[in-house]
Amino acid sequence: MSQWKTICSESDLTPNTGVCALVDGEQVAVFYCGKTKSLFAVSNYDPIGKAYVLSRGIMGSLGDVPVVASPLYKQHFNLQTGECLEEPEHTLKTYPIRNEAGEIQLQAA
Amino acid sequence: MSKQRVLVVGNGMVGHKFIDNLLQDSQADNFEIITFSEEPRLAYDRVQLSSYFSGATAADLALTDEGYYNENGVNFVLNDKVVELNTKENYVVTASGRKESYDKLVLATGSFPFVPPIPGNDQEHCLVYRTIEDLEAITASASQSKVGVVVGGGLLGLEAANALKAAGLETHVVEFAPRLMAVQLDEGGGSLLRRKIEDLGVTVHTEKATSEIVEGETCRYRMNFADGSHLETDMILFSAGIRPQDELARQFDLEVGERGGIVVNDNCQTSVDNVYAIGECALWGGRIFGLVAPGYTMAKVAVSHITGGSETFQGADMSTKLKLLGVDVASIGDAHGNTPGAQSYTYNDEIEQVYKRLIVSEDGKKVLGAVLVGDVEAYGNLLQLMLNDMELPENPAGLILPAGSGEASVGLGVDALPDTAQICSCYDVTKGQIKEAVANGCVDMGGIKGATKASTGCGGCAALTKQVLDAELANLGYEVKNDICEHFAYSRKELADIVRVKQIKTFDELLESHGHGLGCDICKPTVGSILASFWNDYVLKDEHIGLQDTNDIFLGNMQKDGTYSVVPRVAGGEITPEKLIVLGEVAKEFNLYTKVTGGQRIDLFGAQLHELPLIWKKLVDAGFETGHAYGKSVRTVKSCVGSTWCRYGVNDSVGFAINLEDRYKGLRSPHKLKFAVSGCTRECAEAQCKDVGVIATENGWNLYVCGNGGMRPRHADLFATDLDDDTLIKYVDRFLMFYIRTADRLQRTSVWLENLEGGLDYLKDVVINDKLGLGAELEAEMEANIGNYQCEWKTTIENPERLKRFKHFINSDETDSSLAYVAERGQRRPATQEERIQSVELVD
Ligand code: SRM
Ligand SMILES: Cc1cc2nc3c(=O)[nH]c(=O)nc-3n(C[C@H](O)[C@H](O)[C@H](O)COP(=O)(O)OP(=O)(O)OC[C@H]3O[C@@H](n4cnc5c(N)ncnc54)[C@H](O)[C@@H]3O)c2cc1C
Ligand code: SF4
Ligand code: FES
Repeated sequence: MSQWKTICSESDLTPNTGVCALVDGEQVAVFYCGKTKSLFAVSNYDPIGKAYVLSRGIMGSLGDVPVVASPLYKQHFNLQTGECLEEPEHTLKTYPIRNEAGEIQLQAA
Repeated sequence: MSKQRVLVVGNGMVGHKFIDNLLQDSQADNFEIITFSEEPRLAYDRVQLSSYFSGATAADLALTDEGYYNENGVNFVLNDKVVELNTKENYVVTASGRKESYDKLVLATGSFPFVPPIPGNDQEHCLVYRTIEDLEAITASASQSKVGVVVGGGLLGLEAANALKAAGLETHVVEFAPRLMAVQLDEGGGSLLRRKIEDLGVTVHTEKATSEIVEGETCRYRMNFADGSHLETDMILFSAGIRPQDELARQFDLEVGERGGIVVNDNCQTSVDNVYAIGECALWGGRIFGLVAPGYTMAKVAVSHITGGSETFQGADMSTKLKLLGVDVASIGDAHGNTPGAQSYTYNDEIEQVYKRLIVSEDGKKVLGAVLVGDVEAYGNLLQLMLNDMELPENPAGLILPAGSGEASVGLGVDALPDTAQICSCYDVTKGQIKEAVANGCVDMGGIKGATKASTGCGGCAALTKQVLDAELANLGYEVKNDICEHFAYSRKELADIVRVKQIKTFDELLESHGHGLGCDICKPTVGSILASFWNDYVLKDEHIGLQDTNDIFLGNMQKDGTYSVVPRVAGGEITPEKLIVLGEVAKEFNLYTKVTGGQRIDLFGAQLHELPLIWKKLVDAGFETGHAYGKSVRTVKSCVGSTWCRYGVNDSVGFAINLEDRYKGLRSPHKLKFAVSGCTRECAEAQCKDVGVIATENGWNLYVCGNGGMRPRHADLFATDLDDDTLIKYVDRFLMFYIRTADRLQRTSVWLENLEGGLDYLKDVVINDKLGLGAELEAEMEANIGNYQCEWKTTIENPERLKRFKHFINSDETDSSLAYVAERGQRRPATQEERIQSVELVD
């Protein structure tokens, strides 16, 4: 299993928004939910819009599923599994993420 | 038993209905159906024919298709007219010589337009209005014409006039009678309708009999009238009534009426037992029914008789409600008060241009008829009172008096209607059927339409159908919803009210008190926009930032490759050479693709996140401000050069455009807002397709509202004339704030107005006459908003904390390595997927 890598500290994150991190050459979109204090990490590449933009989408929930809406064409991706709700044939890669004493850490591939 | 052969002549609306009903019948298998059509296509919706001019296609209008007929074993022959009929030997012969025998024959040949026998009426640009082919001919002729005349001021004539007007022609209506829609309207209604139509720029000539059509001097033709006057025109549309298509009956000895029409009995049988006639060709009780609903009833009756049922035709109600050239008109029952002893109530408001007349029985207890022009809200109630023979309330005048006039307006709850009450006459849908559909799970109009077809015909019953639906939902304990999304059980308007009244300042507060879940990409930007509209806070504060679309967060529009555009404000489109040079220099330095926009400013494309603040720093230093091209907010106020330079200009359109743009810049609203100011009536700034349009006059400014370009263009409505600067600004303040308070999310002013109850008149009442007493409040809200204006880019670049967001990676200074560009016409643009794969030569 690969190493946990610190990408930023908790105070660098704005609740309910995303940021993009570069980990081992991969672009990872990281989201922080202010209400549930959960962290999510999925690939930053929008397979439908074909650009690295997902960290700039609006996060929220549909039913019980935490989601991000692509800023390009508004499809929703499940932040836990990476699955696209509207076009399930597309699934984003997901990454383990944790808050280790105020440090936000990711495991890349 | 061998199958009975049913032959249907004519595949119009009613002929098709007959076939459809027979196919649905439990005995359908006992019949073999064959139908002939003179037209080149199967049945289509003639009632909606005019929508062809606003973009509907033949396919949109189709009521059925060949697949459906094939699947159900219906034989059909198109483009072949039945020309011979033998009722002794039971066969017909078509123009192409085809002979077919029948057991039962159904004549559904409809009617044809009557063209008055005027010398010269057969020339190339003299047309009629009945079929899709007719409309194609009209479109072709209109494109080569400047002036058009409709002969006939009835219902269809006015629809035709609307089409000519929409095609941009100078339009005239020539009517033989002393008033418009003489069949449906009385004197008062007819003259108000005329006034309204003339206000729209259609010239109406009544009491004119055309004596000949000759070659024109200024136009293609000249129409000479019996009274010695004349009118020049390039094309003529005859809409002088319809005549039943009873040719076959006449020639082959079926009984026809004195003035035409195939005589039928209550079973819709003609004078020969196994021959039926239905629809507009049939004459029942001495009457022809020129509407589709009675035809549909006849189709049902004929099917019933052929299959051994007992339904009979008992006449039909000819009440109508329509929008003609944007004017609401309705006629119910005995509109002329011809019933012996009839009495009437009349309400005539010349200021608001509303006319209503209610005709009641001698004892004053029952509705006999009504005429409504300008305000037809009472139509549903009155029609139901009449059709169900219900007793009038205590004070019948209340039924036609405007709401809130002191006399409590007497509503008639749909609850009072019996289940047998017909709600939709086009499809014969009763209140009971709608209730049943609701009980089976339909909770919205879409569901009701699918299940019952109610309100999918002429649409005249839509309001009533909705009332029945809502009442039924309420009876069953449902809440009637127009929730914005799953997180808030409120509409945008309700949320806006909550925010304003409860002084809510953040999304989280609102979610906590009025919603659930985490929110989503629908409710977050909506609430973000509402908060901004009322409090005009800096939109990128931490508590607001998660609400915004990426465009609003990074203050630029995201492009297809994830980069952004830069659009500085160029108020009124006026720009100094120095500023133009700055734009050029910045574009060059950052290698931005540069284009002049359709909004009179300059767009710089292809900026990466980390470049945005650098670019804007330079622009702000040079005196530019953000153009809000990313926001649901004021975009541009286009201007023409106006009186300072233009030899025709009567006022300083550029100066006024800049004032307006400076005043309203930054204002957040349900959707974007576009303005324009023209310096004279030549209208070079295209103000009449804007949300707010201003055109200079000799005496001030004319104000237009609720225009739209875009997907569904809408011509703006003239709102007020000859205003001075201050009054205009006062009206616009009120107008905009009222829109912001009441519109749905992403509803442009055009759509908002179309959905606003009471329409333009109501809007004028609120804004100009201050009917709701809100004027001062709306103005104060606007002032507060203006007071809070800030250039978001300026605020952003002055704040190092904010600038942290403008990096592609939170943990690295690298940039997005996936971007790729190719050169084209001296600039760069994003590489396409193919170009990436083929590794076409890329540029930086
Ligand atoms: C840049 C520009 C085209 C150009 O190269 O000329 C443009 C570009 C866009 N238009 Fe537009 N529109 C531009 C003038 C217009 C005009 C002309 C005008 O304003 O006089 C119209 C028709 C007038 C009208 O809106 O009534 C127009 C009707 C639309 C519509 C359809 C709106 C509608 O009500 O149907 C959309 C879609 C929407 O808003 O939902 C749209 C949406 C867009 C978006 C935001 C689409 C998007 O999300 O990427 C484009 C992004 C702008 C950008 O990246 O900066 N744009 N767009 C023009 C910018 C004007 C400006 O200076 O701000
Ligand atoms: C512009 C317009 C707007 C209208 N608006 C409304 C409205 O708002 N509300 C309303 O209730 N009604 C409206 N009507 C009237 C409505 O369209 C008619 O009542 C309805 O179409 C009548 O149906 P039908 O089947 O009897 O006749 P049609 O629909 O005319 O069908 C008759 C068909 O038979 C064909 N035919 C005729 N003779 C022969 C033959 N010998 N052999 C083969 N085929 C033949 C004809 O070509 C035609 O296709 C409108 C009509 C028009 C033109
Ligand atoms: S609208 Fe009038 S003032 Fe403006 S440019 Fe055209 S002609 Fe000149
Ligand atoms: S009455 Fe015409 S659609 Fe219902």
